[in-house]
Amino acid sequence: MAEHELSDDSVIVVIGSGAGGGTLANELCQKGFKVVLLEAGQHQSSTTFHNEEWFAFNQLAWLDKRTTSGNWRVAKDFPNLPAWICKTVGGTTTHWAGASLRLQEHEFKAKTHYSGIDGANLMDWPLTLSDLEPYYAKAETKMGVTRTNDIPGLPGNNNFKVMYNGATRVGYKTVHTGRMAINSQPRDGRSACWQLGFCFQGCKSGAKWSTLYTEIPKAEATGKLDLRPESMVMQIQHDTNGKATGVLYADKDGQHLLQKARVVCVAGNSIETPRLLLNSSSSTFPNGLANSSGQVGKNYMRHTTGSVFGVFKKPVHFYRGTVMAGIIQDEAILDTKRGFTGGFEMETISLGLPFTAAFLDPGAWGANYTNLLEQYPNMAAMWIVGEDMPQEKNAVTLHPTEKDKLGLPIPNVHYDDHANDLAMRTYAFKKGAAVYQAVGATRTIEVPPYPSTHNLGTCRQSEKPGDGVCNKWGQTHDIKNLFISDGSQFTTSAAENPTLTIVTLAIRQADYIAEQGGKQNI
Amino acid sequence: MKRREFLKTGAMAVVGTAVAASGIVARAAEEAVPKFSTLKPHEAQTLLQASRQIFPHKKLGDAPYWKVVSELDAAAQADPSVAKLLTDGVAQLDGFNGSKFIELSDKQKVEALKSIETTPFFQKVRGVDLQTLYSDPAVFKALKYQGASYAMGGYLHHGFNDLEWLPDVPQSASPKPA
Repeated sequence: MAEHELSDDSVIVVIGSGAGGGTLANELCQKGFKVVLLEAGQHQSSTTFHNEEWFAFNQLAWLDKRTTSGNWRVAKDFPNLPAWICKTVGGTTTHWAGASLRLQEHEFKAKTHYSGIDGANLMDWPLTLSDLEPYYAKAETKMGVTRTNDIPGLPGNNNFKVMYNGATRVGYKTVHTGRMAINSQPRDGRSACWQLGFCFQGCKSGAKWSTLYTEIPKAEATGKLDLRPESMVMQIQHDTNGKATGVLYADKDGQHLLQKARVVCVAGNSIETPRLLLNSSSSTFPNGLANSSGQVGKNYMRHTTGSVFGVFKKPVHFYRGTVMAGIIQDEAILDTKRGFTGGFEMETISLGLPFTAAFLDPGAWGANYTNLLEQYPNMAAMWIVGEDMPQEKNAVTLHPTEKDKLGLPIPNVHYDDHANDLAMRTYAFKKGAAVYQAVGATRTIEVPPYPSTHNLGTCRQSEKPGDGVCNKWGQTHDIKNLFISDGSQFTTSAAENPTLTIVTLAIRQADYIAEQGGKQNI
Repeated sequence: MKRREFLKTGAMAVVGTAVAASGIVARAAEEAVPKFSTLKPHEAQTLLQASRQIFPHKKLGDAPYWKVVSELDAAAQADPSVAKLLTDGVAQLDGFNGSKFIELSDKQKVEALKSIETTPFFQKVRGVDLQTLYSDPAVFKALKYQGASYAMGGYLHHGFNDLEWLPDVPQSASPKPA
């Protein structure tokens, strides 16, 4: 691995090593750029991962304190854990389930198609599906997405068998084992899926794509990558011309270090990315970096989610095998006749016993609850993931008084459900229950949202500088050598799991940085 | 913020305090009644009964619930404020209905717990109970959860697709394993 000097102002600094940052770092290294990759978390591996839910949660999750506000249920159930995302090398790609869906053409034009929704800060993306298609193809190849590139689908598990039979009985047509960045056959030096059942806990077989053991080692092999784990970035610095010059970070011993940079790319997920920009305020930029629009931290989206569990007379053992083992796509369409706009996907989900007890009804206790838990082997479950409405008031802001151990204000995450979100969730709960009732469920359970894994939109792309934080390349409107490289860029949330699009945007952004760098524009 | 601090309040108990920094849940010998460093015998007995009523499973003996009390004892030993919380909470439970909590009927125990369910004491006990009980291999077995599969090579050859009470799925939707 390379070691770049702190004073080397020719390096590109990438902050965060997940889907966006890990991919971008590798793409830039492959092009010959020197990259310093700063990651707040520790360096784990498939060897140190464990098939234990609480152990893995403590090992991988971002547990630094955050606060919440707003009328979303997460604020009540998990007031200091708004998001279930990771602080570790590889970021949340260690935890994600692997669903890799392209956004649909109409979803890039939400304002055009979803007109007249009160309180929604809708906007069309400054790019289109056709702009992204060549890059989606590169991302799918890189990640080995099943049902692309002639890669077979994964075999379905019991949980999917229940979903498939129920779905087809109620008339759904597009039901299969999904497009997954999980190897269905050995590929890219990694094995085929073992059906471990612990996708969320770090994949011990390595079959699931994660930047931890794909992008990052490939970048290291170029001799251009300097990966620095346990490095928490505190501030992005700039010169009098308003150009980013470097980043101040704290290493694992709490020592403050200043890394100079030619370009800075921020990929800290949609809570830490705006927090860092806001915490980097200066006399030149009193409202935070790249915030002339006032939109940094605003329009926080987290997808309209919820789960439906079905209880059956006979065993399912839904925890065996891939967590997202299959999908129903019929509801991910543009059809406002359902009483809401936007679509949703229905994807199997499973939790082990420890997390089923924790999440099935947060806060519940007593005999009614334990009688339900005793039905555990007979449960099947699906997760609902749908487009939520961007609202300016839904925002990541700096806490007025509480600070972290480095003395920086902690983030508050405010989210009010939009009426459209509520209508979609209510409808989706009914549809999910119908799927399980069609195959004999004795009981169905509407499970409230887990802490957010899909955090989006807090530094959104916009055509005009006054409407958003960055342009269609993720380059901030205000600072030419400062880029947003994660899901914060999303103008709207669309219905699909976001990782494939984050990877796609990172590949495209690397091309742009190389082109602009070549022209000496940045 | 330390991990054990961050679920102190209310519903945050789900991310609770039972899992030590190592993340490894203490596993006492199955039938042994643990020795306690900080809790007094009456406090331990009361917390045992409370843990049982919070997550009652008739098919479980006392052993898994004693592990919960052990975790509470460890937390009390590590942090005097937790010790006080537990001591005061036990006293509060004993004040319900003029009888010691452990002498109440099951129904009355539930009523006593219900009357304090919003307190930090209850949330602490519930959080530790939740994390300890449902991480216990003996409870996995009783509730038919097989848990970790890595050592046996995953569920690929151990029943991931063995459900037979529904028709098979076409291979176009669910290909056979490679």
